[in-house]
Amino acid sequence: MDTVVLLLITGLGLGALYFLVASGLSLIYGLMGVLNFAHGSFLTISAFLGWEVGRRVSDGTWTGLALSAVVGIVVGAVVAALTELLIIRRLYERHIEQALVTVGIALASVALFEGIWGTDPIYTERPAWLTETTEILGARIPNDRFLLIACAGLVLGGIVLFLRRTRYGLIIRAGVENRHMVTALGIDVRRSFTLVFAIGGAAAGLGGVLASVYYGYVSAHLGSVLLIFAFIVTVIGGLGSLTGAAIASVLVAVLQQFANYYLGGTGDLVVVVALAAVLLVRPRGLMGKAA
Amino acid sequence: MTAASDASARPAPGAGPILRVAGLTGRITGQTVIEDVSFEVPATGVTALLGRNGVGKTSTIRSILGLIERTGSVELGGIRIDAMPTHRIVQFGVGYVPEDREVFAGLTVAENLRLAERDAAPRREFIARLFPDLVARRDQRAGTLSGGQQQMVSLARALVNENRLLLVDEPTKGLAPRIVDEVAAALGEAARTVPILLVEQNLHVIRALADRVVVLSGGRVVFAGAASELLDDEERVQRLLGVHDASEAA
Ligand SMILES: Nc1ncnc2c1ncn2[C@@H]1O[C@H](COP(=O)(O)OP(=O)(O)OP(=O)(O)O)[C@@H](O)[C@H]1O
Ligand SMILES: [Mg+2]
Repeated sequence: MDTVVLLLITGLGLGALYFLVASGLSLIYGLMGVLNFAHGSFLTISAFLGWEVGRRVSDGTWTGLALSAVVGIVVGAVVAALTELLIIRRLYERHIEQALVTVGIALASVALFEGIWGTDPIYTERPAWLTETTEILGARIPNDRFLLIACAGLVLGGIVLFLRRTRYGLIIRAGVENRHMVTALGIDVRRSFTLVFAIGGAAAGLGGVLASVYYGYVSAHLGSVLLIFAFIVTVIGGLGSLTGAAIASVLVAVLQQFANYYLGGTGDLVVVVALAAVLLVRPRGLMGKAA
Repeated sequence: MTAASDASARPAPGAGPILRVAGLTGRITGQTVIEDVSFEVPATGVTALLGRNGVGKTSTIRSILGLIERTGSVELGGIRIDAMPTHRIVQFGVGYVPEDREVFAGLTVAENLRLAERDAAPRREFIARLFPDLVARRDQRAGTLSGGQQQMVSLARALVNENRLLLVDEPTKGLAPRIVDEVAAALGEAARTVPILLVEQNLHVIRALADRVVVLSGGRVVFAGAASELLDDEERVQRLLGVHDASEAA
């Protein structure tokens, strides 16, 4: 029982990380049809800069972590918005070029980060409470899981509120359905493209800082690894569906944890099999629009 | 083509056309779908854009709006709009009711309308009077509405703003006769204040609404003139539109 609880909550925590990356991927694909392979780079740069600022001000304290998170969010949003404005904007409707360019950014940025911060992981300090455990139903749960889950919950709630309650949210929801019709109502939909990149980048940026808490280090490859699972989550959830991304994040991460524990470390394999199964049975994903 | 041959057109003498299309060529993924199309839409009344299936009526409308790649000149009220992006053209005062309605299925009726509101003072009362059914269903998802109700939403999205021109593409397609009448009545009401370029297959509706007609064939304009001039000539109607009896067209 306690193992099951531990695996469930750890799965939820990891799912929270996946969601922070997948939410942006899904929104960006849903609105613009762009598969943004550069999304992992937004996460990594945010993790590094968040860590650099946090440790200088107050290493290993809540203040330091909060500051890292703010820096991560801002850096993620700004870098993503700039990527959209300067690069992706010229390539709308040109899917091959988009893929090439974003893959290029991803590869080049890893090399750049390795050049600046080295190829080895840099271990990070964090507030003492996060290194402790809390007992739930007999299971000793590392406290950082709760932080991840709470943050992802807040991000999900925030994005949903934004989409439901604001004019831009309305434009984005409509644009995900039919971008051209939004334009034909006299709305410059490109402005919301930049905004969606910024929101996705902010979530990924927060994800970067939280990933460094969860793994206990920052490294140039932080984003690449999470990006793979985030893409799988996005496809399983249904490209363009935020709810789908949230549900699939949890399902994939929990499945991964259980397979790792009970099936001898086959978590990643099981996830890929699950992806293949979903693609065969329901190619549009759990919550995706009919193609 | 000239106003002189057009007995039933309503514009005051001297008033220029609201829309002037000249040498418009449209392409979809590199393939030419309309070629060298030229016609004018007077500043009042309904101008029907007709032609057999697949002749390029929708493509003409979409070219005017910049929704497909186009060359040639398009003037709205004497100002070139063919270099503008779609959203600027619409903001300039063009209302668009697309073929197949294109309501946002996942949004509510109210959200569909709110999204469309461009003016500082959108004409909500006018819409509520024209389509009382939509008021009752304001919180219903547009995707769950009937075809007729979706068409009302699509029309309402265009009519909620003051426009200089409406482009309306087959608004009665696939609708029950009673709903066709309702849609036609709404368009007639709208036409009192704004000129309309209307693509329509239903000859009853054309007879009831259109002052002028422009007929496309093979991607080009083959007739432009008073509606009566075309519609009273059975043989011509059959040849140009491919319909035998005016009363059986739908
Ligand atoms: N997306 C597309 N890709 C390629 N060709 C297209 C596309 N859309 C339309 N066409 C072609 O362009 C031509 C004109 O089509 P269009 O839809 O403008 O005709 P239409 O007069 O509106 O027809 P209908 O009366 O059936 O609505 C047709 O030959 C059609 O096959
Ligand atoms: Mg058509």
